[in-house]
Amino acid sequence: MSNSQNIQASSVKLGPLTTLLMNDKGGRRLLAVLAALAIFVPLLNLFVPESSIFHVSTYTMTLLGKYLCYALLAVSVDLIWGYCGILSLGHGAFFALGGYAMGMYLMMQIGDRGVYGNPDLPDFMVFLNWQELPWYWLGFDNFSFAMVMVLLAPGILAFVFGALAFRSRVTGVYLSIITQALTYALMLAFFRNDMGFGGNNGLTDFKDILGFDLQADTTRAGLFFFSALALMIGYLISRFIVTSKLGRVLIAIRDSETRARFLGYRVEYFKLFVFVVSAMLAGVAGALYVPQVGIINPGEFAPLLSIEMIIWVAVGGRGTLFGAVIGAILVNYAKTYFTGAFAEIWLFMLGGLFVLTTLYLPKGIIGLWQQTADKLAAKKMSKLQAGDLAEGEKA
Amino acid sequence: MREYVKRIVWLSCFSLLAVLSNAALSNNEISTTDQAKHNTLSATVQTLTKASYKEKAGIIDSIAAIEDDKKIVILQSMLDNQLYYEKKSQKKNPENNIGDENQKRILIVDLSLLKKKQENAIRDAFSGEEITGLSKRKVKKIGVNNALRRNIRSHLSRIQIAHKDSKVRFAAAQNLLKDSSAIDLSFIEQALKTEESARVIDVLETVRALMLLQSDQATIRLLALSELEGSLYPEVRIELNKFISSFDSETQKTRADEYQLAEKTLTDIETLMSYNGYAENLYFGLALGAVLLLAAIGLAITFGVMGVINMAHGEMIMLGAYTTYVIQMLMPESIGTSLLVSIPAAFLVSGFVGILIERSVIRHLYGRPLETLLATFGISLILQQAVRSIFGPLNREVITPDWLAGTFMVNPGLSLTYNRLYIIIFSLVVLAVLALVLKRTLFGLQMRAVTMNRPMASSMGIKTGWVDALTFGLGSGIAGIAGVALSQLTNVGPNLGQAYIIDSFMVVVFGGVGNLWGTLVGAMSLGIANKFMEPVAGAVLAKILVLVFIILFIQKRPRGLFALKGRAVDNG
Repeated sequence: MSNSQNIQASSVKLGPLTTLLMNDKGGRRLLAVLAALAIFVPLLNLFVPESSIFHVSTYTMTLLGKYLCYALLAVSVDLIWGYCGILSLGHGAFFALGGYAMGMYLMMQIGDRGVYGNPDLPDFMVFLNWQELPWYWLGFDNFSFAMVMVLLAPGILAFVFGALAFRSRVTGVYLSIITQALTYALMLAFFRNDMGFGGNNGLTDFKDILGFDLQADTTRAGLFFFSALALMIGYLISRFIVTSKLGRVLIAIRDSETRARFLGYRVEYFKLFVFVVSAMLAGVAGALYVPQVGIINPGEFAPLLSIEMIIWVAVGGRGTLFGAVIGAILVNYAKTYFTGAFAEIWLFMLGGLFVLTTLYLPKGIIGLWQQTADKLAAKKMSKLQAGDLAEGEKA
Repeated sequence: MREYVKRIVWLSCFSLLAVLSNAALSNNEISTTDQAKHNTLSATVQTLTKASYKEKAGIIDSIAAIEDDKKIVILQSMLDNQLYYEKKSQKKNPENNIGDENQKRILIVDLSLLKKKQENAIRDAFSGEEITGLSKRKVKKIGVNNALRRNIRSHLSRIQIAHKDSKVRFAAAQNLLKDSSAIDLSFIEQALKTEESARVIDVLETVRALMLLQSDQATIRLLALSELEGSLYPEVRIELNKFISSFDSETQKTRADEYQLAEKTLTDIETLMSYNGYAENLYFGLALGAVLLLAAIGLAITFGVMGVINMAHGEMIMLGAYTTYVIQMLMPESIGTSLLVSIPAAFLVSGFVGILIERSVIRHLYGRPLETLLATFGISLILQQAVRSIFGPLNREVITPDWLAGTFMVNPGLSLTYNRLYIIIFSLVVLAVLALVLKRTLFGLQMRAVTMNRPMASSMGIKTGWVDALTFGLGSGIAGIAGVALSQLTNVGPNLGQAYIIDSFMVVVFGGVGNLWGTLVGAMSLGIANKFMEPVAGAVLAKILVLVFIILFIQKRPRGLFALKGRAVDNG
């Protein structure tokens, strides 16, 4: 099509960001909305008095922040599922690992303000009668080290797992099942007290981040801002990947892996690259999620959660990136609403959502919307054409 | 000796008392001798309610002397601190004149049951009938102290070792093994003389050897040690350890032969015990493998034959388990029959739901395995919530029939539970029946044809859609049967299926898709691997290790142990 020509032609004149979003109307709108949210929600929370109707409560802001983290997670899932055909049922593992890395930093920040008042050890270690920090906790009192680990922990796991799986050509449902086994195994492992990650209770009771009190509205507003920012950056990175030449290869792999391989592409490298990037994005989402909800425990590794992520993407529209954002926010809003109002119905709804989207909405809400838009456009076109013809006849 | 005389004096005193009270009762003109016997016993037991600890010793002796099988129950419950009496006296029954103002009702009270408000917490000591309407405050325990307990134990073993039922004798002999302080050597010799059952003789001889080990003569001790060789009773090991630790560095030299023999006997026994441990692990592993097999066979069919990932498979198992529960509720009198009825019922229920799912959802998703996975996962959520809404979120208990409970003893150190044995057999039977269906029936033939080449089968006149539905129904039905088996092992709850779904997938993936033989080998090896790693690494870590192993295994053999070969396999 003329799209690629368009991009090439315009890249001469325009900056990289504009190039990236040239043919992405939905993405442009999404980024605009996100930017507006990132600026106005904290402002409305901090500077508008509570009595005003424009005031956004801290609860709402934190909830929105949580949704944004989920949205970033959904983008990371869509990147591999929508564009490379890797259905990972274990993406929650990467999300949780990022969360744990952040949680460990926050634990170290508690210092001697814990229940036991031990300046060196987190409470649960004192409780387990441990004498010193295990080696893998060293360095987590340093914020930048922790942030590097937020990327590295999921990244390395994804690299090792992906290298093994893709090299031996584990694909399709087999891959889905062993990713599920992966997150299940990690969940069991993190439930163990000996692992040194707080066992059943996980990490919680955080006090502050970089010296800012986690309970303060300003910190919450800052976290919300960074969540929105991270989502925007994550979106742009993903968009960059899928519009690049590499992205074309990924789509080729999605559509026919064997054919892409016979064309001479080292399929496993491409898959591994995008899998690791996706895992890191998920890790960042987890790291931003933890300070906002105030806890990370092995429940985040639960296979159910990992499958839920898939449905966010499916509802929004697989392979559209911004659709994943919309899906994640919609489904999670529905979840918050229904688990509060009619707890019994929620699982029925979620289950029904799985069935109905796969049966009737294979391209999600975005697909449905585009379909109707296309139909309308076609109608208009045919009308116009009919009009043209009529005019022509007259003439 | 003085003790003995004292006891005899007390005994005579109280038998006199017993006779007197008996005489008093005989006024009531009870004709049958059976009832008379009873009254003697009950009258004697009556005296316990007022007696001091000193007096009780004599009363117990006289109870033991009465010829009435009920005395075992009375003595045993007294030993277990379960013998009570009602504080309020019984009212006189004006019609038959039974009952006495001074008579108390003797009860057997199980406090733990009473606390939980369960049935049979309070029973009449003689009739065994349940008595309701009594609270803990209205009853009083017939207290026993340690001296009395020893006395009762000695009586009980005497009574039971002479009992006509060999099972009772065996249990009594085993009790002696645990605690032989109440008896002496002559008692064992006496019992051995008349004993006929081989296993009772074996236990009694072990008891004798353990007693002889305490002897002050070295030759007798050596004899006892050689007698103990290869004996697997846990008590023997305890005693041998005690015996060995009683040596100090000097006696080790002076009584070197004894010391060495004891050491050797103990190490031999421990080697035998480690074999026992392996056998037990193997048995548990096979049982776990059987459960996995049952859970995975159905999956192997739907996944292997149809290429459909059925995430709702676990819920089919759950439906089977709930069917068992419902049928048990419908037939509360005959638990055993209800279990047998449950097997076909669970097959039908789960199979029907399976066909429904196939016709309504999966049919539209053939050739899109990832979408099928998501849709069936949605179905599994719906089914879980449906069951939770109908039966409530709490676990339901399915009662195990008597013939499934209990253990059988392979040797004194190794007892295996029957329910696991039945499950192993059951799973193999299911596998065999399934193999027969696939190999010998028209439906099986059509199913295999559709698996191999769908368009060709279709053009030969096979209704492939119909075969698909029935195959899915068959796989789901077998999952239902697995649910019946699982209901005997674990609690039945809405999350029952989820616990097994990942494991079942692992079995199928490990064994190779579309291959019953692979499923069998996969299930058994995973089950056994799990159980053998558990003692070394702990249950959770063992499970993690198995999962990691499978993840690595898939790298090597992406299509499982017994992979189908050929062009049709790779449709990537």
